[in-house]
Parts: sequence; structure tokens; C-alpha cells
Amino acid sequence: MSTTNKLSTDELCQLFRGFIAPQNVIADEETLKPYECDGLSMYCEMPLIVVLPETVAQVQEVLGICHSHAVPVVARGAGTGLCAGAMPNAEGVVLSLAKFKNILEINPQTRTARLQPGVRNLAISEAAAEYGLYYGPDPSSQIACTIGGNVAENSGGVHCLKYGLTVHNVLSVEMLTVEGEKVVLGSDGLDSCGLDLLALINGSEGLLGVITEIQVKLLPIPEKARVVMAGFDNVQQAGDSVGGIIASGIIPAGLEMMDSYAIFAAEDFAKAGYPKEAKALLLCEVDGTTEEVQEHIEQVEKLFHSFGATSVRTSQTEAERALLWKGRKSAFPAVGRISPDYYCMDGTIPRGQLAHVLTQMQRLSEHYQLRVANVFHAGDGNLHPLILFDANIPGEFAKTEEFGGKILELCVAVGGCITGEHGVGIEKIRQMSVQFTELELLQFNAIKDAFDPVGTLNPGKGVPTLRRCQEYRSIEPKEMNNKKEGVAHG
Amino acid sequence: MADISTDIQQQILAARNDKQTLNIVGGGSKSFMGREAIGERLDVSGHSGIVNYQSVELVLTARAGTPLIEIEAVLAENNQMLAFEPPRFSGVATIGGTLACNQSGPGRPWAGSVRDHVLGVRLINGLGEHLKFGGQVMKNVAGYDVSRLQAGAMGSLGVITEISLKVLPKPAASRTVVWDMDARDAIDFMNQLAARPKPINATCWLQGRLYVRLSGALSAVKATVKEWQGTELEQKQADEFWRQLGQQELSFFDKDASKKNAGMPLWRFSVNSAAHIPSLDEHSIIDWGGSQRWLRGEQDKLHMESLAASAGGQVSLYAGGDRRSEVMHTTPEVLQVIQKRIKASFDPDGIFNPGRLYNWM
Repeated sequence: MSTTNKLSTDELCQLFRGFIAPQNVIADEETLKPYECDGLSMYCEMPLIVVLPETVAQVQEVLGICHSHAVPVVARGAGTGLCAGAMPNAEGVVLSLAKFKNILEINPQTRTARLQPGVRNLAISEAAAEYGLYYGPDPSSQIACTIGGNVAENSGGVHCLKYGLTVHNVLSVEMLTVEGEKVVLGSDGLDSCGLDLLALINGSEGLLGVITEIQVKLLPIPEKARVVMAGFDNVQQAGDSVGGIIASGIIPAGLEMMDSYAIFAAEDFAKAGYPKEAKALLLCEVDGTTEEVQEHIEQVEKLFHSFGATSVRTSQTEAERALLWKGRKSAFPAVGRISPDYYCMDGTIPRGQLAHVLTQMQRLSEHYQLRVANVFHAGDGNLHPLILFDANIPGEFAKTEEFGGKILELCVAVGGCITGEHGVGIEKIRQMSVQFTELELLQFNAIKDAFDPVGTLNPGKGVPTLRRCQEYRSIEPKEMNNKKEGVAHG
Repeated sequence: MADISTDIQQQILAARNDKQTLNIVGGGSKSFMGREAIGERLDVSGHSGIVNYQSVELVLTARAGTPLIEIEAVLAENNQMLAFEPPRFSGVATIGGTLACNQSGPGRPWAGSVRDHVLGVRLINGLGEHLKFGGQVMKNVAGYDVSRLQAGAMGSLGVITEISLKVLPKPAASRTVVWDMDARDAIDFMNQLAARPKPINATCWLQGRLYVRLSGALSAVKATVKEWQGTELEQKQADEFWRQLGQQELSFFDKDASKKNAGMPLWRFSVNSAAHIPSLDEHSIIDWGGSQRWLRGEQDKLHMESLAASAGGQVSLYAGGDRRSEVMHTTPEVLQVIQKRIKASFDPDGIFNPGRLYNWM
């Protein structure tokens, strides 16, 4: 039952310290500081309190208290998110799940893993490796990001065209409701009776509940994986050859494209042997049995040549495969070396629109006088334009953000969407009203109300309220709140 | 082959005005599922036709009343398929009903379900509002996943009018190997096989025989058949087995009152793939690598639920039996409350398919 009597920060701390070790209830400014933002560090806010519970019962109690006193709760994993989804609420509590780091079970027979939410994505595959198994979704931040955050954002990665997103690889979750009640969504089976709340939870950005345990599917590690790299003189040819591969009936394990800025930066950084003169570069990974990989590699090489590739190189060893990927995987930090700051966008487009979108983006780039490098999950149409800027130049971030907003609007205009895998958070909440009508946003808000009628779970993120939405439609970007000029880490 | 969404919208608004409930019907092939339908028939089969299909994008968009056979025929021209292998039920099943009932075939554990392949939907909610969620691209995390929420909702949240789906290339080759063994050994063996990095994409046991389908590049399929040393089924026989299984046409599934299994309750278990249910397994069809099990016969529902729960999953009374009582696995109170609230958020007056999923919804 919610009450309106507002507690002071001290009173709240005292309540929390009644059942959480005092050092795990943080309220002093210095210790709170690292929690003021997630991976999108230009959006900052200091919370009232950060709590780091160690048991599910403690999390339940935190939620119960916050619910009773209508205190906002922002759940947080590793804080690697890129949409300010874990940015604190100034009136609220940050509920860190960092202490929930245990892999509860790896079951080689059923090929599943039971995990606490704070387990790192890569740690799952490392633990499963001894059974010849791994976890499919592999976001770029997989060394640090946690499975709880992956569920919240429905994270993707390089391999999701073939192996799916988080939602395709989660069997069940244990979730606490806003009141702190424990429920299980999904089961050991592949589906459950009734409304598919598990589908709704994946990608819900911490707005509907707090995840305390996750069961994921594991896959057999492929016998063989090889990557073909191809350089092209123009983006159109590279885009066409992606279509060519798909049309030939091959679903590559990974299919990535980079434009000339990204190629140049990545090669300088990783020395992977990328053709620096190329205007577009494709990396196509094929995996499967030894025979299958051999058969498909030959087809892919042939296709690249037929679509006019200027250079084609296929990995001969595991080391060479790793090296070719190293360039792509380090593309973000590599771009960071050719510009003081960069801002990473995340739209998805129908692949056939790629050349058009890149041309339009080039026009915007000239208009805003800001360079843009492109890294593209070409297989599934997920575009990551990196806008290069200098945060020390007054007004340049505001300009960058406006440019980014235009790119997302362009994605929607060609039949795509504003976010493929990074989420909406606070960052893209304005563009929600570009992709959705007011009635659709109202429907989203009604779903939120079904789980969280008082609206204390991660308020202000993910879906704009209608009032906010009308404001967003009428105000200029520079008037937006909760933002400071600062360093952007893609 | 027409867009009749405006008509549907008018009928919904009229029903709302008259406080009339609606029974949404596409091809009518799955009327045996769920609880007994009540309400005035809302025929959506006329809202039909493929709206957009870009084979290189691997995306197809169709109106909800489009028959699966029409979609599959168009995909086949480009050597593509619905990888979730939905049952066509004599050719009348529509894509809308397939999503609403979350119907997928033998390849489901490997290729995914219809829920996994849906990218976006348009639907008309109980206020008569025509809304669009998701999209026509592979990745989209803007807003809640309302598209996948429709899978298995049995039309309780609105009238789905349009669906965008991921489609996939047909495998270049497919072979089936069989082993004769009992259910107990088969459950263990199918789980062991699934842990190997081979192009396996369906396994099923029934009546003393384990069937394993391998699909993918010809060289890979051939090499695996050789390595595994099972008995290879003749292609025609194999195709017919998987077709009958996926289309629920094996005599085990008879829903026709004139047939052998006339009206006998058909139970569907969705459980842990490796679980043994000793009292049932030998009498079951064990599909989906062990995750989906079918059982025929008069049984006590609560007893079935306890067996399913001990096997890590759930059971539903898929067909036959008493369709006025609950047919789905019992839902905990807290989840009932959330589901009722979600239902109300889409359909505040309770117009759509009342009680079809649960008595309480």
C-alpha cells in the first residue's frame, strides 16, 4: 500500500541499513559519484542513495520500502548501457545488482545456464566452454556487460542474424514486481500458457520489474568458423553483395560492414590488414561443420568477386580470424583516436535502403559540419553511425545530438526504427514520438501501468508520457534536461 | 485479397457501443483450441493478402487473414520458408491465427517459433484504435514488445490485422536417421545429440522409434549421417513423417469425431527437454528434442499439472475434453492480476474472445 509521507534520505538509509550491510548503503556524494551515469556519460544525475543488496530477500525488502513510500527505483547492472537507461533519478534509489555475480548452474544435458543478473555476458560462455557450449548473443561490451542488463535491453551483437537476440535465448526469468513479490516468467520448456510476459520483459529497460535470476539456452560451439574479408570501391556494391549472400541461401554467423572512416581508424588501431583505400569493407563469418564451412566459404568468396570486390581475404587460422575481427571489435575506441569525442547512434533500416541512408547522412554531415563514421551490422540492418565531435567546443554536443536525432528520423522514414539494440532510455525518448503515434505511446503507458501503477520503476525512461511527448514535439533539443556537455564514450 | 481493416474497426466500435463481445475467427482451423468461444463471430478472413515481401531482406508482411499456404507458396518461389513450420490445418490456417495460437512445428527448438520470427504487428485494440508495433526490420527495441506478446494470447488483446515476419532460406539438403529405442533412452539420446555441433533440426520419438532430421549444406548433412550410423530413412518416407507430425495429421492427433481418437483429450506438455515422466513417456509423442510432449487420454488435469511442474514446465488441454473448464496450466495469483491488467489495457470493455484463454480473463 503506498503512502504519501515522504521520508528523508537519512530515514531511508536507516531503513535500508536495518537489513543491508551499512557499507552497501551509499549516500555520501563521493561514493555516489560513479553511479551518476551509465555508458552514455553526457546524461548525469545524482541519486539519493545507492544500495547493493546481496540476497533476493534484501532486494524484495528494498522494493517493498520504496513502493510504500513511492520512491523511484533504478535497477543497475554493470552500467555499460548506451541510452542512459540506468541514469539515476534525483529523488530515487539506485538498486545495484552488482553483487549477484554467481553462475548458479551450467547444465550440459539440457544446454542451459541459470544465472544471477550480475553475471557478465562473456563469463557465461567461458564457464560453458568446458562442455563445448556457449551463449549466443554477444554485444560489443560483452566483457563487462551483465546478463540482467542484456535482458533489460534485449541486447544483440554481431551474431544475432543467425543466433537471435537476448529474447530468443532466454528460457525464463525470476522477477520481482514493483511491490517486491517474486514471480517466474517462462519455464524450462520452450513456451508457457497465457500472455507471453517473458517477451514483454525482454527489452523493457527496467520499467516493469527487477530481474533476480535468468535461465538461458546454450549452443554447441561450432566445429569451425572462418571469416572472409572483402574491400569495395563503393558502398553500393558492398550493400548489394550482402543481399547477394542472403539470396544465395547462406545465413552468415556474422556480417559486418564499415565505411572508409571506420576502416581507416580500425586499421590504424588494430593493424588487422584492412585495405585502407577501400570505401567499404565487409566481414562475413561462416560457421558450422567443417564441410559446411568449406562449402559456404567458397560460395561467399565467389559472390564477393562477382559483386566487384577489390580485395578478398579469407582467414586460414584461428589467429587470423581473431585478428580480422579485432579491427571491427575495436572500431569504436579506434574512432575515439581520430576525434576528441564521438557519439554512437543505433538505428535499424531495411538493408536495401543502405546506400540512400548513407548518402543522406553525408548531406547531414556537411550541413552540421561534423564527420561521421559508420559501423554496420549489415546482416540485420543495424546501423551504428559514430558522430565525431569535440565536447570542448561550446555548443558542439548540442549540434551533435541534433544531428543524431535527424539520423534516427531518417531511419524511421525509410521503414526502420530508432534503436536496434541500445534501447531508448532517456537518450532517444524524444524520437519515440517520431516512430510511434500518441495512441501507440498511450498503449505502452497502459502496459507500464499494468506492472507498475504508481510508476516508480525507472521513471522517465523508455516511453514518454503523453504530456512529455507533446512537449518534445514542441521544444528544441537544447532545452532538454539532465544533460551536460561532456565526453561521449560509444 | 483486400484491406477490410476499416470494416473491422467499425464492427469493433459497434460491438463496444452495444456491449457485445466478439469471437475473432480467421480460417476457423483452431476453434478446437482454448476454452469454448462465446460472443458474436467476427470474421477477419477477408482481411487477406501479402502486403510486402523482399526476399533479400528476409522479411514478409501479410494481412492477418492470409492463408499460410499462400505465404508459403510465394516464399517457395524464392527458395525461402517459414522456418517455424506452422501447421496449415488442411490449408485453411491463417498467419494471424498461427501467431495468436503460437503454432510452430518440429524444427522449433532450432529454428525458433512464430513468436521468435514475428518482427511487427498492426492491431486494433478494444477502443477501435488501429495501432502499429515493432516493424519490418530484424532488430527493434523501441517500446515494449507488443508483437511477441500476441503469440499465444489467442486474440484476447485485439484483432491482429497485419504481421511482419522474418523468413529464411530453405535448407539445401535434409536427411532423416532413425534408431529403435524406448522413450527413456530416446530422451537421453536426443539431448546428447543436440549438444553436438551438427546440423540437427528436429528430433521426435514415438512408438519405439527416434527420428532425427539433419538439415543444411549437403556436405554437412551427408557427413553427419555417415558419422552417426543410424538407419537412414528414404527421403519420401522421411518428408511424409515430418509433414504428418508438423501438420498434426498423425492418427494420434485425430480431432475429427469420426476418427479413432474421437474426442479423446489431447494434452500438450511444454517441459524441460531432458525430464523423464515415467508414467507417461512411453505413451507419448516426444517432440522438440524432448521439450514438447503429446499425450492422449482421459486424465486428471491437476495430476497432469503436477507431473508437468515436476518436469520443469506446464501442460495444457490442447484439444478434446471439457472446454468449459480451464484448459491452460494454472496461473499463480500475482501473474493473473498482471495479465488481467494487461488485457484491460488493450481491451478495457472485455470485448475480445472473453474467457477463451482463461475463465478469469
